[in-house]
Amino acid sequence: MSAASPEAAQGRITEQFKVLKAQGQKALVTFITAGDPGPEFTVPAMHSLVAGGANLLELGIPFSDPEAEGPAIQAANERALAQGMTLTKVMEMVVEFRQSDATTPVVLMGYLNSVLAMPDFPARARTAGVDGLIMVNLPLEEAADLQKGLSAKGLDLVSLIAPTTADRRAQEIASNSSGFLYYVSLKGTTGSGALAVDEVAERMKFLRTLSDVPICVGFGIKDAASAAAVGAHADGVVVGSALVQLMADAPDVPTAEQRLQTATAAIRQGLDA
Amino acid sequence: MAEPIADDLLQGYAQPTPNGHFGQYGGRFVAETLTHALDGLADLYASLKDDPEFKRELHEDLAHFVGRPTPLYLAERLTASLGGASVYLKREDLNHTGAHKVCNTIGQALLAKRMGKPRVIAETGAGQHGVATATVAARLGLACDVYMGEADVHRQSLNVYRMKLMGANVVPVTSGSKTLKDAMNEAMRDWVTNVDDTHYIIGTVAGPHPYPMLVRDFASIIGQEARAQMLQQVGKLPDVVVACVGGGSNAMGIFHPFIDDADVALVGVEAGGHGLSTGAHAAPLNDGKVGVLHGNRSYLMSDDDGQVMETHSVSAGLDYPGVGPEHAFLKDIGRATYAAATDDEAMAAFRMLNRQEGILPALETSHALAWVVENAPKMAPEQNILVNLSGRGDKDILTVADIDGITL
Repeated sequence: MSAASPEAAQGRITEQFKVLKAQGQKALVTFITAGDPGPEFTVPAMHSLVAGGANLLELGIPFSDPEAEGPAIQAANERALAQGMTLTKVMEMVVEFRQSDATTPVVLMGYLNSVLAMPDFPARARTAGVDGLIMVNLPLEEAADLQKGLSAKGLDLVSLIAPTTADRRAQEIASNSSGFLYYVSLKGTTGSGALAVDEVAERMKFLRTLSDVPICVGFGIKDAASAAAVGAHADGVVVGSALVQLMADAPDVPTAEQRLQTATAAIRQGLDA
Repeated sequence: MAEPIADDLLQGYAQPTPNGHFGQYGGRFVAETLTHALDGLADLYASLKDDPEFKRELHEDLAHFVGRPTPLYLAERLTASLGGASVYLKREDLNHTGAHKVCNTIGQALLAKRMGKPRVIAETGAGQHGVATATVAARLGLACDVYMGEADVHRQSLNVYRMKLMGANVVPVTSGSKTLKDAMNEAMRDWVTNVDDTHYIIGTVAGPHPYPMLVRDFASIIGQEARAQMLQQVGKLPDVVVACVGGGSNAMGIFHPFIDDADVALVGVEAGGHGLSTGAHAAPLNDGKVGVLHGNRSYLMSDDDGQVMETHSVSAGLDYPGVGPEHAFLKDIGRATYAAATDDEAMAAFRMLNRQEGILPALETSHALAWVVENAPKMAPEQNILVNLSGRGDKDILTVADIDGITL
């Protein structure tokens, strides 16, 4: 709720991972683009993802130049922008979502220019009920200012580590991270098919030694099997393009809700097996 | 062969910082996956830029493959008709491939070779950078993919075919506005996927660090030569140095060796399109705000929601919503000023140079000439303007014919 205390906002992500750990469960993190394929889809979709077993919701901020995205999420960005989506509207969606879900953490994900265009982003995000932010194009060296602003409002800036990140740098990123760490499982854009589970497992062994912050793995995870394979080595998995694809051609909101819930439940099952 | 100006002339101005910042601009705003490759590129360049063998190789290529130094030419009839300052043209149109762009691609291709990367990629708008990349790739035997907005593929069909003749694969980009910025997005996506065996040859002084510095340094041969030629042929430095600015590589290339010459005014000319007041232009330094795109912070044409706006210019090479971060810095510290010329003003200057000097400049370059046409008459006859004649206009013949209502 918009009246949530700063402590509650600070806690939602951390609390969720704590609960999951106690239950011996992996986190299922889902990504959809806000306003795709139309603004009326987003809040119902968020609830369906939770109903299907998602533990943390990533909501993409539509951007004109999503340079790290594969074709599925690029198209989602274009559809959302064509429908007049803005960051302000993304916030309004989170407010609406929070009216009936006060516990599931919501993390916004996107590109720095969107956030720069809203100077009071941290305050507005917190008021809306957002818990964290993932910036695709904001490496450690450039992140200090935004991180300061976010943490003053109790929001987590989720850091990314890539397969190409050198060990020392990974250490630095890990010690600066809050909420959870996002390990990008492959060299490529979102939705790419080149997932190599052995390499991920190998890398996770090392990353585990760096920090107690939970680590979720994303990029290339699309179904129960890949979620199970990767989930065995991580605290959670992120599924994005596969879900975005499901929504792309949904003729109406109920169809999208049903597809998302079914797909999420199947991935949940794979992850829990 | 003109040697680079001694380093002590550049001692006062030392940008960027080790992290690639020019004041608040520049930096490195990319996906984490690319950080490693950018570090590697920055380290390699740092180790090579003063390496005698690398410099020899580079200068050998610039002399015998590109045809440098390019002449400094007094445009006498143009000067006489404008009735003010003398106009000197730095003839970058006479480079192999027809523009200054090849100086950068040769430098970067040599870096790719040193890194052992067998493949290069590039983005291109007007096609000049694509052609320059395809050219050096052919010469060094590197695989080459050039990303080009679908709209530009149609507008610049001659350059597309030139690239194909040299063995490059031209990839039409259908996302977003289907122009240069989208081609750059797609090239970044390719690079993030194939970073192990591919070097991305960015064509302008933008992108993440170290590109703005690297591209500037390779382009600075223009200013180094021009400065020495002014002293030798005219006996003094110019009063004004003028260049067009899209991403801004030709302008940084000619400005940089003059930055510590406080008496030399530096003027960049952006694409004013249909006019700054119409919003249909590509002039972020005149009418943009600070933002982040394609790996760096600079002036950017973006809306209240941070979405990058579509731009307009008659010249495809200036049709870009961002600008190199060093230009943003030079603007803010007041070392350079940035004007804008409209499509019509650029076209008028283009025709003037055709008729009075027998030179067909690129439409990009014509924007710098438009500033000269307007301002040379206001200056004294003993004053001198140095113009970067950054490229030739052969590629624009179809566009100009189209404006004239002629089908070739």
